[in-house]
Amino acid sequence: MSKNKATLKLSGLEPLIVTPETNFVNIGERTNVTGSRKFLRLIKEELFDEALSVAREQVEGGAQIIDINMDEGMIDGKEAMVRFLNLIAAEPDIARVPVMIDSSKWEIIEAGLKCVQGKGVVNSISLKEGEEQFIEYARKIKRYGAAAIIMAFDEDGQADSYERRIEICERSYRVLVDVVKFAPEDIIFDPNIFPVATGMDEHNNNALDFFRATKWIRENLPGAHVSGGVSNVSFSFRGNNVVREAMHAAFLYHAIQNGMDMGIVNPSMLEIYDDVDKQLLEYVEDVLLNRRDDATERLLEHAETFRGEGKVRVVDLSWREKPVRERLSYALVKGNTDFIIEDTEECRLSFDRPIEVIEGPLMDGMNVVGDLFGSGKMFLPQVVKSARVMKKAVAYLLPFIEEEKGGVQSFAGRILMATVKGDVHDIGKNIVGVVLSCNNYEVIDMGVMVAPEKIIAEAIAQKVDVIGLSGLITPSLDEMVTVAKEMERANLSIPLMIGGATTSKVHTAVKIDEHFTKDQTIHVLDASRSVTVVEQLLGGKKPDFIKGIKSEYKRVREHHAKHRAQKQLVTIEQARANKFKIDWEQESIAKPNVLGTHVLTVTAKELIPFIDWTPFFRTWELHGKYPAILKDEVVGVEATSLFADAQEMLSSIAEENWLEHRGIIGIFPANSVEDDIIIYDPNDDTKQIFVQHAMRQQSKKAAGVPHIALSDFIAPVDSGKKDYIGAFVVTSGIGIDSRVEAFEADHDDYNSILIKALADRLAEAFAEYAHKFVRTEVWGYSKDESLDNAELIKEQYVGIRPAPGYPACPDHTEKIDLFKLLDATAATGVELTDSLAMLPTAAVSGWYFASPHSKYFGVGKILNDQVKSLAERKEMELHVMERWLSPNLH
Amino acid sequence: MKRIQEILEERILILDGAMGTMIQRHPLEEEHFRTNWFEDHPSSLKGNNDLLSLTQPEIIKEIHALYFEAGADIAETNTFSGTTIAQADYGLESAVYDINFQSAKIAKEVAVEFTAREPHKPRFVAGSIGPTNRTASISPDVNDPGFRGITFDQLVVAYKQQTNALIDGGVDLLLVETVFDTLNAKAALFAIDEVLIERELDMPIMVSGTITDQSGRTLTGQTTEAFLISVSHMNLLSVGLNCALGASMMRPYLQVLNKKSPFGVSAHPNAGLPNEFGEYEETAELMAEQIKEFLDEGLVNIVGGCCGTTPEHIKAIADLAANYSPRKQEVDVEE
Repeated sequence: MSKNKATLKLSGLEPLIVTPETNFVNIGERTNVTGSRKFLRLIKEELFDEALSVAREQVEGGAQIIDINMDEGMIDGKEAMVRFLNLIAAEPDIARVPVMIDSSKWEIIEAGLKCVQGKGVVNSISLKEGEEQFIEYARKIKRYGAAAIIMAFDEDGQADSYERRIEICERSYRVLVDVVKFAPEDIIFDPNIFPVATGMDEHNNNALDFFRATKWIRENLPGAHVSGGVSNVSFSFRGNNVVREAMHAAFLYHAIQNGMDMGIVNPSMLEIYDDVDKQLLEYVEDVLLNRRDDATERLLEHAETFRGEGKVRVVDLSWREKPVRERLSYALVKGNTDFIIEDTEECRLSFDRPIEVIEGPLMDGMNVVGDLFGSGKMFLPQVVKSARVMKKAVAYLLPFIEEEKGGVQSFAGRILMATVKGDVHDIGKNIVGVVLSCNNYEVIDMGVMVAPEKIIAEAIAQKVDVIGLSGLITPSLDEMVTVAKEMERANLSIPLMIGGATTSKVHTAVKIDEHFTKDQTIHVLDASRSVTVVEQLLGGKKPDFIKGIKSEYKRVREHHAKHRAQKQLVTIEQARANKFKIDWEQESIAKPNVLGTHVLTVTAKELIPFIDWTPFFRTWELHGKYPAILKDEVVGVEATSLFADAQEMLSSIAEENWLEHRGIIGIFPANSVEDDIIIYDPNDDTKQIFVQHAMRQQSKKAAGVPHIALSDFIAPVDSGKKDYIGAFVVTSGIGIDSRVEAFEADHDDYNSILIKALADRLAEAFAEYAHKFVRTEVWGYSKDESLDNAELIKEQYVGIRPAPGYPACPDHTEKIDLFKLLDATAATGVELTDSLAMLPTAAVSGWYFASPHSKYFGVGKILNDQVKSLAERKEMELHVMERWLSPNLH
Repeated sequence: MKRIQEILEERILILDGAMGTMIQRHPLEEEHFRTNWFEDHPSSLKGNNDLLSLTQPEIIKEIHALYFEAGADIAETNTFSGTTIAQADYGLESAVYDINFQSAKIAKEVAVEFTAREPHKPRFVAGSIGPTNRTASISPDVNDPGFRGITFDQLVVAYKQQTNALIDGGVDLLLVETVFDTLNAKAALFAIDEVLIERELDMPIMVSGTITDQSGRTLTGQTTEAFLISVSHMNLLSVGLNCALGASMMRPYLQVLNKKSPFGVSAHPNAGLPNEFGEYEETAELMAEQIKEFLDEGLVNIVGGCCGTTPEHIKAIADLAANYSPRKQEVDVEE
């Protein structure tokens, strides 16, 4: 071995060398579910993109290693560890640093070690379970090529004195170096950082013993390093960050002096040693170094004087006594419409001109709202409520302004918003509109299903500054490309914003951007980003902003091209040969109780128990799972208030029959032929009435993993077995238009968005209700099923109900036959638009598969051979088929 | 016979050149790939060069002999794709043991012949362990970057089988080469470590990575030094680079290894970069000129050739290397 090896060398994509000259290696701690509630929530909700941002921020913030811990009872720690490490591997700006695989469970550690190409660190192993186990783990770690943190822990427990610390560390070291032949420089001891100033005398030496043990290790165990979790030391001072930060700074200072060269430190909980108040520092160091008998008492005594000011809460109507200007501002921030008309009137009388009320106090108030929202101190539902206050005030003032004439409100810019042709979804677009108008932009909302030529004409006529397009269904992606092309043709040099659930930065960069060169196309992730984007686009820094976007999109395109090149697909023939196999010989197929169609009439009351609330909160950009979200530390208060409003409206919907719920389901004999499902007349199962054309996965799979198509779940014709398929269309949106109109006439965007969001939830609940009805009654294959709503949401039932246009059957055009099969428009009033979106939007349609083998999956990318095959089978022209399937084309 | 570790301190060892380029000199058709072994195999086998150790052993033996003749000290077995993972494309997972065993056996036969003839220059056989055609660190699915087409455990199983068969066939050392994903290489090293412990054997191991372009990184994004650190947990005979680049483009990354590696350093570059027809045109003289720079700087302990190199290239390199002393390895007295 060469002397070269004597330093600890770790690697991610890049090396990390820890030499004796290295002062201190900072280990990031935010990607730890036991230490960060936020990270835990992101992992639980599988919001991996955001979880990756947490990791990225740490690396950007200077973490040289990132500690990853998934030890939480509610999640599958092994799976989460593997998934997260695999995702990190695809992010070069995170993967450049080594990872620390942190778990108390060996199986999680081992699973993690199998995912990292670099040399990471295991955190941790110890003699706790005896020498034999310790040796086995250490040997494996060595074979996987990682360094290890060794806890000062043995069969008798955790080391809590200087003597125990050095005894255990020395014994561990000897076993590792002499028996396992572990490289000494790959050993990192954690000699236990315990709290001080706990009031118990036996804890008085906790910090001092750590410092002394650290020094001893560095002097007596050659090559070994020392690390620890610093925040533990100040545990007694939770709630008093001033003291905690000072204590961390002082502790680190002394620990590093004694040879600690790595550690887990939260940078936001760390004061600079020299900046700590000198008096406080003295008290803290007295405690850490156990310099005085009364050190703890003195620190406790003085801790209060260093505490930040407590929070003051006001819950009364005293705001009514303030001057009118402040009352307006208050009403706007609180979204309170109770006194808005009288306050506006009072204000109007005190100004020379009514327009000044808008430009003065109202805009001032909205600016406060915009700032609070921008800084994450206010959430979307509150902003929409604020907008309602603003709109009501403006509506009151408008007649006076018109009477006076010449008073024109001055806006920061004019934005055209539209949901593209063929698409009817507008909740997201409306929210963006509200947020922009809150920030003094004039929003021209062209509504839904707006044709490209109309958008262009309006943009020119109104001289708008930005065009914003929205859409939810996949065909809308193509429509957005068309608008971009038309803007190019019309020589329209204004920025184009893209938003909506199926849109993405990748799609915008790869498919839309190139067609529009007269100005910039920008993908806007959510409503809260729209203001900053528009501000940048209309401000003086536009060139810099666009330059940034252009280079980002270039990177996205390159990345996409690289991935695309790597992505391997198999031919449709190969995929078919590797279909999902069911042994039809052995399979017993449930015979439905009733065949044919069946109209469903339900009331809102019956549907309410089936509502899945989590997506409702997501609509309002409040992220978290229901019901936990109501108690979330960040958005809990707002979520609770929104939920109360929703409940109130739901009871009106139910009591006063605001919405009508119509549905139809049908069960038909069916057999599969290759990827097609032949559907027979319910009265004559030899008479073919429709064919459903399934799509098959084509991405290359690991051995033994099938290429699934929905048709695999239906018995093939040549099996000789009779099988069945179901279909459904349900809506809860009949009657919504008049309600929406009424709210909008009252300048009440909040309730207009709320009712749309609730109708969507009711329609989904209806689909859940209908599926249960089919499983337990009509088809009756799960007669004894007893699942509560949470289990239904988790899809723990037998059988599936995939919807055309969604991952398992992405072809929207299959909806046409589905509707014909059920004669659904006549039965439910639901119609299909040009892009095959359903109108009313609060509607769900899909197929039922009863096989216990059936499961949800994504078709993903397909090759042209399958498109050709589909076009032939469906007798559609190839280019038409290609257009519909463009999101799936490789 | 002297141990290879000892010889490595005395002189620069020469690794052989490309196998594929030499096979191309023979006009081989589908039936040649099947002879006696796979006559009834349902799918096409042409191009599956590893099979030739079984079906055309004389051709492979002749290639080994030509390289030894040219001055190579080490021959690589014809087993670059000899794993169940790589052979799955041909449906020949079941042939993997035979491929490795026979490839090792015939290479060893030629090596023994040459050693007997020239006892002062013993010849060695390195079992070639390729990267497989799957990567454990990159998702094949653009929509799901967390997905993996192959797992560490699957790789370990495949590599253990290959390693055991190569050792059964008589190799002297193992060469984990063309590493484009270090995680694949770590799985190979894990498998080798397990096999060597199970068989109570000690066998020299070479690892050779591939820097794909002038970004200086592997396909999976590691810098040369990060790659080195990631495989340094094993006691290796050498760490080096091969493939993808010609000799001159490889030099900056060999400088990194020379400076940082606690092990020997190897290099077997391509004969330049391929032309638009995918052919390597760099002549033996041109390549030797560039290798000379490695030698002048004292960068390497083992040198040879990868894609496009022939016995002519290896002879030019061997003649040149004979005039140089090897890279100084800073080795502890303990070792």
